[in-house]
Amino acid sequence: MKRSSVVTLVFLLLSALGWYYSGIGPVFLCNEVLTRFIRDAVLVLALLIPIAAGMGINFAITVGAMSAQVGFLTAIIMNIWGLAGLSVTLLVTLVAAIVTGWLVGLILNRVKGKEMITTIIIGFLANGLYQFVYLVGYGTFIPAFNQEILLSRGIGVRNMVDLAGYRNLMENIWMIEVGDIHIPLFMIMVVLLFCVVVAYIMNTRFGQRVRAVGQDMEKAAALGIDVNKTRLQAIILSTVLAGLGQILYLQNIGMINVYTAHMNSDIFSAAALLAGGATLKEARVRNVILGIFLFHTLFIVSPQAGQNLLGNAALGEYFRSFVAYGTIALALVFNETSQNIRGNKLCRIRNLFRKNKGPGVEPSI
Amino acid sequence: MNKYIPQIFIVIFLVLMMFTAVWAGIPWAGLINDSLVRLVMNGVLVLSLIPMLNVGAGINYGLPVAISAGLLGMAIAVNYQLSGILGFFAAIMLSALVAIVFGLGYAGILNRVRGREEITGVFAGFSFIYVMSFFWAVAPFTNPGMLWPIGGYGMRPTIGLGPYFAKSLNELWSLHIGDVLIPLGMLSFFALIGVMLYLLFKTRIGSAILAVGENECFARLAGINISRTRSIAIIISTIIAAIGICVYAQSYGFLELYEAPLMMAFPAASAILLGGSSGRRTTVLQAFLGTFLFQSVYVYSGPLANALLLPEVSEIFRVMISNGIILYALLFEGGRTSSEKV
Repeated sequence: MKRSSVVTLVFLLLSALGWYYSGIGPVFLCNEVLTRFIRDAVLVLALLIPIAAGMGINFAITVGAMSAQVGFLTAIIMNIWGLAGLSVTLLVTLVAAIVTGWLVGLILNRVKGKEMITTIIIGFLANGLYQFVYLVGYGTFIPAFNQEILLSRGIGVRNMVDLAGYRNLMENIWMIEVGDIHIPLFMIMVVLLFCVVVAYIMNTRFGQRVRAVGQDMEKAAALGIDVNKTRLQAIILSTVLAGLGQILYLQNIGMINVYTAHMNSDIFSAAALLAGGATLKEARVRNVILGIFLFHTLFIVSPQAGQNLLGNAALGEYFRSFVAYGTIALALVFNETSQNIRGNKLCRIRNLFRKNKGPGVEPSI
Repeated sequence: MNKYIPQIFIVIFLVLMMFTAVWAGIPWAGLINDSLVRLVMNGVLVLSLIPMLNVGAGINYGLPVAISAGLLGMAIAVNYQLSGILGFFAAIMLSALVAIVFGLGYAGILNRVRGREEITGVFAGFSFIYVMSFFWAVAPFTNPGMLWPIGGYGMRPTIGLGPYFAKSLNELWSLHIGDVLIPLGMLSFFALIGVMLYLLFKTRIGSAILAVGENECFARLAGINISRTRSIAIIISTIIAAIGICVYAQSYGFLELYEAPLMMAFPAASAILLGGSSGRRTTVLQAFLGTFLFQSVYVYSGPLANALLLPEVSEIFRVMISNGIILYALLFEGGRTSSEKV
């Protein structure tokens, strides 16, 4: 059995145990998991293409998520609501995501072999910049057209910005009720459409190029593929998908937690994807769907299970955070073992003649 | 010259801030005093990165593992109400013991992921924080000063070290020169660790560490046991970092548990990169210099932001500077080679 399916099985077991001890009803669980599927699926999908391109997990999808928040906030600051507001949001999100994705891609092309740590740092840096713009910039260098979201001291956006105009705009289309389970069919179709599009992209010529680069950069270059351009496109696409995903996420929640809504979107998405049986080199759409259901079931039941089993809900929360980070750590540890063997061989042949250099930069993750 | 851009930038920034601070009427003696204290407060944590850098394991982003060891050591010391400078040294001893155990496990993980230690370290550290959070919530400590007042069960997130060993090292042999207060005990403790680290690399095991960091293939041919050498370097790093958090906590006056150490690796990493480390072989002097520059930015930006702008700005700027330096180092690492030795 593959190691990745062991991870899935462990998640299945933990979710089942957690559910058993939590005492949460199946209807509630179903509704919650469906909601989270709609909220998070596109963000997780955003991780697929960079993985296929051999860049590992793109933790900089937080940058895409921030783009979506910039989109919403721009529309709100300009006091545009309704369909026009949504259009402005979409437009600004797309532009912001393409520009930032391009920048991230340029950076990642300089740090081949260290993409993941770089995307983490990019995420932190972008977070600082974003917070600076909205905490300090609004009311100083960005004119405060919308006084409602201004902090009372006259500078900065409030922590919570209401998206009441967009809340449940789309959820209620084609809402089906099976017993007490609410199934927002239209939204599920939208999310599934994204899944199909991503699966389709992976099979186009572009997708083949991406996979070729992901398998071996040198060979891909020898085949005449522009490696840097392909990697750049993969990251831009990922950032744009993340932006769209965050729009779905925010409109579902119905408010923006301006300074924190984008945080952890990378960690939880990555953990969900890995829970679905993906590895750092191969991830498919089915891993996304399965992973979200498993990961979020565990996420929903663990505080209650912690409360019932150990008398402390916080313990369940620590446990689920540990699972989120631990899954990624585990994937890294197992991924590297296989690589290590090859790395050592390369090292023997190549580096004997190169003093003062570490093991050569390896093409893939 | 090109490769010293961050350093030049920070020095210019510092000089500008110094002038503005004087202009804004902030007492300079206090600023110098603060920057000395902060140098040592964070400096030991920065020094702890050196053995791992020199063995070729990259920057230790898994610092939370070592920090947890230090916190556990201190928690045991506080539980038995050890106080004063002796209590502090007892806490250091306990921390070092815990760090050996944690370091062994951490080395076991990192030895499986050679060449990818940094990213694995990030997530090993993050996930370990939550293991420890779980532990803090159920740990069988008995000193009521550490536990939640209601229920008497589970550790508090912030434990005041006032009655135990807060400031014990800060106030050891402190010396007044005019308005400036020089924490001589603290500085000598810092210097002692620096010198010990410097001497370590003169010994047999130290040269083995350097050899492995320089070229693993040569080291293997020379008959050095790579895994063992790496483990030793990682354990030494863990021990020093555990001592580092003890120094930090006694200076800060509080023991911060649960999620508090989550992001602590990043300022330390940017400090050592600012000192001119290229992510490989690093000298003690570089760590000293980097910490001093980095922490001075902290010291000067705080009161300035309060006086001139908004209080949040300084914190945001610190995060941006610290991550900006790391990103810069990642981007231009290729241009630097480990052959340059300062």
